[in-house]
Formats: sequence, C-alpha cells, structure tokens
Amino acid sequence: MENQKDKPEANHLEPVIIIRDLYKSFDDQNVLKGVNLTVYKSENVVVLGKSGSGKSVLIRIIIGLLKPDKGEVVVLGQEVSKLAENELNKLRLRIGFSFQSSALYDSMSIRQNLEFPLTMNKKNLTKQEIAAAVEEVLVAVGLENKMNEMPADLSGGQRKRIGIARTLILRPEIMLYDEPTAGLDPITCFEINKLINQVQLQFNTSSIIITHDLTCAKETGDRIAMFVDGKFTRIGKFKEVFDTNDEQVKGFYDYNFIK
Amino acid sequence: MPLITLTGFIIGVVFTKQSRPALEAFGATSWLPSLMGIAILKALGPLVTALICAGKVGSGIGAELGSMRVTEQIDAMEVSAINPFKYLVVTRVMATMITIPMLSFYCIFVGLLGSFVNVHASEDTSFLVFFKNAFSTLHFLDLNTTIIKSIIYGFTIGMVGCYKGFYATKGTRGVGMAANQAVVMAMFLIFMEEVIIVQMSNWIRYY
Repeated sequence: MENQKDKPEANHLEPVIIIRDLYKSFDDQNVLKGVNLTVYKSENVVVLGKSGSGKSVLIRIIIGLLKPDKGEVVVLGQEVSKLAENELNKLRLRIGFSFQSSALYDSMSIRQNLEFPLTMNKKNLTKQEIAAAVEEVLVAVGLENKMNEMPADLSGGQRKRIGIARTLILRPEIMLYDEPTAGLDPITCFEINKLINQVQLQFNTSSIIITHDLTCAKETGDRIAMFVDGKFTRIGKFKEVFDTNDEQVKGFYDYNFIK
Repeated sequence: MPLITLTGFIIGVVFTKQSRPALEAFGATSWLPSLMGIAILKALGPLVTALICAGKVGSGIGAELGSMRVTEQIDAMEVSAINPFKYLVVTRVMATMITIPMLSFYCIFVGLLGSFVNVHASEDTSFLVFFKNAFSTLHFLDLNTTIIKSIIYGFTIGMVGCYKGFYATKGTRGVGMAANQAVVMAMFLIFMEEVIIVQMSNWIRYY
C-alpha cells in the first residue's frame, strides 16, 4: 500500500469541486437534502455511507448525468448545471468516471475500449500516439498483457482496472470512483485501493471515492465525508470522523471488521 | 438473407398457386405474371421484408441498446464526452434506411422467381416473357412508391428499436421488454404506414 506520508498535500487554496446546498429527489424520495462539500486539488475525498443512500447520485450530478433540483455544483470553476452540451462535454474530458459495473463496451476488445474515447475526442492523434497512450495506461493499471482480450474474458477486478485505465487515457484532472471495491475479494480490494493511490500520485488527480467499504476509505481517503440521511454529517480525517458518539457513525464503524 | 430468400420464394410460389383458380375461371391465367408483378412489387415484397426485419433487426437493436443502457455503457459514452445518440442511434437508423430498401428489392426478385417457377411449370412460360409481362403494368410511380415505402419502413424499424433500447430501464427484464416492444411497435407502425402510403400513392395516381 502507498504510504499515506507519500501522498501529495492537498492545496487548500485551489478548490476543484464545490458543492453548495444540493438537493435531489426522485418522485417522493428525497435523496440529497442540502449537501455541501469542497474538494481541493490533489486530494482524495471518500464519501462513505450505506448502500442505496444516494452517494452515487451525488457524483452523477457532478459529471452532469443528472440535474439537481436545487443548489449548485462548481467543477474546475464552471457551474455544471448551467453549461451548454458542448461546454459540458469539454468539462467531461477533464473528469474521469469509474463506474461500479466498470461499464466496458462488450462488443469491443480491451484495446478498442481504451482507444475509443481518444479516437472520438482527439481526432488529430496519430495511430502511433494512440497506441502509446493505450500502452501507458495499461502499464499503469498492470494489465498490459490483456490488450487483445474481450471484456467478458476478464475477472471483476481486471474489469475495474480497465475501467479506470479507460478514464485515465484522457488525462483527467478529477477522478470520480463509484464503489471501486464493491463485489471484490479482499486481495483485489487491496490492489484497487493501491491503484487509486497510485493514480493520485502518478496523474496528480483529485478524486471523490464513493464507497461503503471502510478499508477502502481508510486506505485511499485524505478526508472522509460521512453521508447519512441525505447529507454529510461529519467531514475530516478518518480518525476525526469516527471519534464521535453519533450512533449512526459509530454503528457504521462497529459493524466493520477493521475496528 | 436466407430468411428473406425463403420467405420471398415461398410467397411467390404460394400466391401464384392461390391466384390461379380464380383467374382460370375467366380463362385469364396469362394475367398471372402481371398480377404477381403488381402484388409483389407494390405490396408483398416491401411489407414482408419490413416485417421480417422488424422481428430480427428491430428486436436486435432494442436488445443491444437496452443492454448497453442497463450496464451503464451509454452513460460511459456520455461521461467520455461522446454523443451516444450520434454514435449509436444515427448509425443504426441510417443502416436500416439503406439496407431495408435493398433487401426489399431482393425479396421482390426472389418472390417473382418463385412465381415464375410455378407459372413455368404449368404454362411453360419463358423467363423473359414472364418478367416482361410482370413489369408491363407497372409504372414509374409504383417503383418510386416501393423505394420510398422501404426507406420509411427502415427508418421506423431503426428508430423504434433505438428508442426502446435507449430508454430501457429495470435491468435485464427491461432489456427483454425493450426488444419485445420494439418488434410490436415497429410492426404496428409499418401496417399503419402501409395503409397511409397506399392511400397517398392512389391519390397521386388519380389526380
């Protein structure tokens, strides 16, 4: 595991994501009830909460896949909900989104999966440049030998890695991870956590990591934001967040095997 | 292709067989080629091709896009700044608009071939005479109507399949529903369009 001391210091003068008073509901279900959060350059913020509590909705709003009912999300100085489609697409090129299901394109090989965002967005690149970029991100996720395989031939952990590689190929400044360790065995979880830290160091990204896995939170997060009942109840370092008598926060910790 | 070949040929043979007794009663079996020409070129060829493609292609598009939607592959395109509508929908609709007219004319040819086999077996009509008679009563308007009709059917099949797949929800169950609804809705629309196009071509013909 990357030593926490090796991690870059977050630049608190340079916020990359600012979320102010965000509300979102689906039919009569209020999912976000006044969310506030600031993510600074070069830091990993873990959003920790129960499954189905609406954590993923938050990052879907950040990337512009969902519109908020109220409040604002400012990413790299631009308010997401006010952007026109072409402006939003330009912003999306600066954000990487790793899906819980990996969302690899089934009909394409691993190489084609990685080439696709590049060929569609950077049409001036030569074949050699694209091949070099593919090679580089595959080496970064440690799967350079899987280039010509199909997604169906990969394990869950390998699919997650390729999903992350596909986002890295566009050199994002921000990474959004949706449940990166969900459904994986402890050893693969350890490798994914290591990869998240490695991405932060190697590509100098700021990240929001959505998870319910305390090990992942502890290993990858510079700060933890505890998401309870539609809003953040506690934000801080891992120890600070769990040093509380709040029953909901304590309960979350006590039910986890790492206490 | 094999399905359209088989269906087209059988339609040609069976329709000729079924029409023969009615024409025999008036001693008008020599009209069979032109009757089959009208029936197959103006109605049966494009309609049968469209219905087969609605079942095979429409359900395929619905299921493929539906599974892409529920496995977040379409969302993955959006977050990579790729317009999924352009990449997935426009290409498929264009493909169906081009291929279905081509398949329709292939079906018409095979259908007329089936009809010729039956006519030749009974009346010893030559290939050239059969096809000359088959096209003798057809006009340029009929050919145009068939082309336009096939393009519209292609658009309908592609669009309905894409729409149902693109907006699929409820996981794998939703994928099945999208494929099913794509077929049912496309077939319904094709029948409606057939009625409207025939009516419109008749107006043009008479006025």
